[in-house]
Amino acid sequence: MTKRIFGKPIKRNEDPRLLTGQALFVDDVEIPGMLYAAFLRSDYAHARVNSIDVSTALQRPGVVAVYTAKDFGDFWKPGPLQVPPPSAIPGAVFNARTLIPMAKDKVRYSGEPLALVIAESRYIAEDAMADIVVDMDPLPAVTDMEKALEPGVTLVHDDLPSNLAANVKQEKGSYAEAAAKADFIIKRRFLIDRGAGGAIENRGFVVNWDAKAQTMNIWASTQAPIPLRNGIAARLGLSDTQVRVITPFIGGGFGPKIMTSMPDDVLLPIVARWLGRPIKWIEDRRENFLSTTAERDQLHYAEIAVTKEGKILGVKDVFYHNTGAYDPYGMTVPLNTQTHTTGSYNVPNYYTEVRMVFTNKMVVTPVRGAGRMYGVYVMERLMDAAAKKLGMDPAELRLKNLIQPDQFQVHTGITGQDFVENVLDSGNYPATLARAKEMIEYDKLVKTELPKLRAEGKRVGVGIVCFVEGTGVGPYEGANVAVDAGGKVNVATGISTQGQGHFTVFAQIAAEQLGVSMEDVRVVTGDTGVFHWGAGTFASRGAVVAGSAVNKAALMVREKIFKLASKLLKVPEDRLELADGRVFVSSDPAKAISLGELSQKSNPTRGVIEPGVEPGLEATAYFGPPYGATGQGSTAMLVEVDPGTFEVKIKRFVLVHDCGTVINPMILEGQLQGGVQMGIGNSFYEQLAYDENGQLLNASFMDYLMPQATDMPLRMELDHVVTPSPLNPLGMKGVGEAGAIPIPACFAQAIENAFADIGLEVSNMPLNPSRLYELVKAAKNS
Amino acid sequence: MSKLVLVDVTVNGVRYQRQVEPRLLLSDFLRHELCLTGTHVGCEHGVCGACTILFDGESMRSCLIFAAQANGHEIRTVESLGTVDKLHPLQEAFQEKHGLQCGFCTPGILMTVLPFLETHPEPSEDEIREAIDGNLCRCTGYQNIVEAVKLASEKIAARE
Repeated sequence: MTKRIFGKPIKRNEDPRLLTGQALFVDDVEIPGMLYAAFLRSDYAHARVNSIDVSTALQRPGVVAVYTAKDFGDFWKPGPLQVPPPSAIPGAVFNARTLIPMAKDKVRYSGEPLALVIAESRYIAEDAMADIVVDMDPLPAVTDMEKALEPGVTLVHDDLPSNLAANVKQEKGSYAEAAAKADFIIKRRFLIDRGAGGAIENRGFVVNWDAKAQTMNIWASTQAPIPLRNGIAARLGLSDTQVRVITPFIGGGFGPKIMTSMPDDVLLPIVARWLGRPIKWIEDRRENFLSTTAERDQLHYAEIAVTKEGKILGVKDVFYHNTGAYDPYGMTVPLNTQTHTTGSYNVPNYYTEVRMVFTNKMVVTPVRGAGRMYGVYVMERLMDAAAKKLGMDPAELRLKNLIQPDQFQVHTGITGQDFVENVLDSGNYPATLARAKEMIEYDKLVKTELPKLRAEGKRVGVGIVCFVEGTGVGPYEGANVAVDAGGKVNVATGISTQGQGHFTVFAQIAAEQLGVSMEDVRVVTGDTGVFHWGAGTFASRGAVVAGSAVNKAALMVREKIFKLASKLLKVPEDRLELADGRVFVSSDPAKAISLGELSQKSNPTRGVIEPGVEPGLEATAYFGPPYGATGQGSTAMLVEVDPGTFEVKIKRFVLVHDCGTVINPMILEGQLQGGVQMGIGNSFYEQLAYDENGQLLNASFMDYLMPQATDMPLRMELDHVVTPSPLNPLGMKGVGEAGAIPIPACFAQAIENAFADIGLEVSNMPLNPSRLYELVKAAKNS
Repeated sequence: MSKLVLVDVTVNGVRYQRQVEPRLLLSDFLRHELCLTGTHVGCEHGVCGACTILFDGESMRSCLIFAAQANGHEIRTVESLGTVDKLHPLQEAFQEKHGLQCGFCTPGILMTVLPFLETHPEPSEDEIREAIDGNLCRCTGYQNIVEAVKLASEKIAARE
């Protein structure tokens, strides 16, 4: 490739519409005759449902219908598992309890739907919710993931013997043998609490059943349009071609929008058929907090075995994972934790065991980082504890144990979320650490700057950590690339887009391969009426997997272009070139044919064609990697703590990242910066605070704090190391979650460093000023 | 349903007269009555800032006031800036500096920044961060938004 466009910081195609208010989001869809839905949700986290009386609500003017679980008859049933169970892992125990469309006999989390109101306006639907009388007997709520497994505790699912949702043990080598040889074994307990996805656009769903055409059009803010379409068609007994899911612009995804078989997408399509009218449901912010999935929530008992020289012999990690009331997303999150813990290091012996538990809290499914963050946190915290024990510099200890560039590919022996062994494909881990050290001037900070600032009475500390990010996993994505009669290139893929710039990066790939300008490429993502194969946007895989499919399809079209042009121009293919939307003879550029004309010739309206010739300059291609490509990076920060308020300011922030070949450096940096913001939130601002009754105490943006502009470091200083992945032709690795993953670990280390004089230790995340104050007080008293 | 009230309001230079419920939020009025869907709703409790519009020239959360309160007032929404083919310098700056990703919070940020730049033609970094502190963005980490606002101030100055 000559790379005129690929690899350049091209401005985004999608921006003009977004900037002018002309981009269609799901709540912008208006259809004549539309009705509006609202869900009445349980205030209790755990309760028996005795009765629900909707008779008063039905009498309210403007209310069209009110439904409870029993109204759906046999249609009411638990949804499918959204990802397969972990049966590929020997000895895995997994109890599937998938989401139900609406609570019937029992409520298992606060926010679970009890009734669905359909009315002429959302205002009326909400009024009617107050008319519904629900008789429930509260049950004790299970919220603590460790206590949830104690004998005699209340059961979230009465038909199971305990609250154990899953148990997966994996081991590489023998940790017991490593521990026997170690000079030191360091043990710690770590807790990472919950955070929200926090997309600024809440979830939404619009369904329009056209009885005459016998087709259903759906607009949804989903990260998984094709699984969503397949599920809806199957449940309704419609064929796939009768149901079209369109993802318009989506106001952020961050994970929770990957969920399908949610109450809205299960119930609203059938209600729309029953009522014969279009229905819109737009979640409000409180509902988003209460009943759209969230993440984090793990408790780790971890240990590291090291020699006195600082060589890691082994790591053991036994952890609890709180899946909440159901486990529709299988074990993706805790499996990510298991594969990411040993991260960037040579760890010859590793034992990891997860005990996944049901509790009366909202369901946990992936949120940006998806389990990787705690794996990295556990390992990096153990490294810091080891460094202190050994009297070594934390960066030096890391350098000593990093996987070296000549070791790839590294087989970790641990099965990941894609049910194949986690393999680290490529990288230069020492280079990212060295560069991060250099950029933050680590040695100077440690030797001279920090002591000087501390002598002035400042509470300052530095942190530096390494991390990996498994990205670009299978199974596959596909793409269709076609040149139309006007010479425009149309690219379609099944994944949907939530701000990652796919409309631009896929256009860059196609424009490069087909010699057209960016303006001449139109990209459609997530419209099952245009392309209907694929899995979805998750695990930092869009650009890598779908991008590779676009590349492959574009190359196939390129081949067709040359073949047909060669025939028409009567010149051998190897003497032709493709640029500026035309094919021309290298030696005689005036002898040319435009792509539009070629396209027309490839699709004759009369006459005969040769046998075997397919019409059009079009190709569909699929790409599925054997396993995901692993990105890696190192990050460092300098923090200053206000000794009076315990407010923490990040004074310097550095991140060096390797995601292989870069398609668009501008978009890449944006992805990293956004991830960092979420990581900072998970370190010091964001916590979904549940009480012992399973009540979420901060279900609003007033109480749940996401980082604002003044909370962020002034500069996120970024740099890149490029080690192309061997797993796809363009050498790409994903980046969507990278920024978030290492931040809590780095933040914890920097805070500890700022209070090194009093031996402060940070175990749990997130911190906040009060927690930090308590930690400091306890450290001073001990 | 309660008695309807008259709203006589100018939005983006166009006068509208509508009978609405007294409880109708201005954000819903703009979006669903006038079909000006560029104004977005993220929280409906006045924190996220996605629904920010100009109310008699000042930034205001349209989810925190009723449509009826806009009676006799002048409103501007994001639709009053540039067009897809001819962006306003503020919009150009956001595209050039990659100050948006999913773009959902963006209209609210633009309508916050627009009057800010009138009173702060040469804003400092701190002033910009303070100005946009009431607008939540989950995608960008704000750095590129700050850069975009700086660039916009330069573009606007060059134009004048």
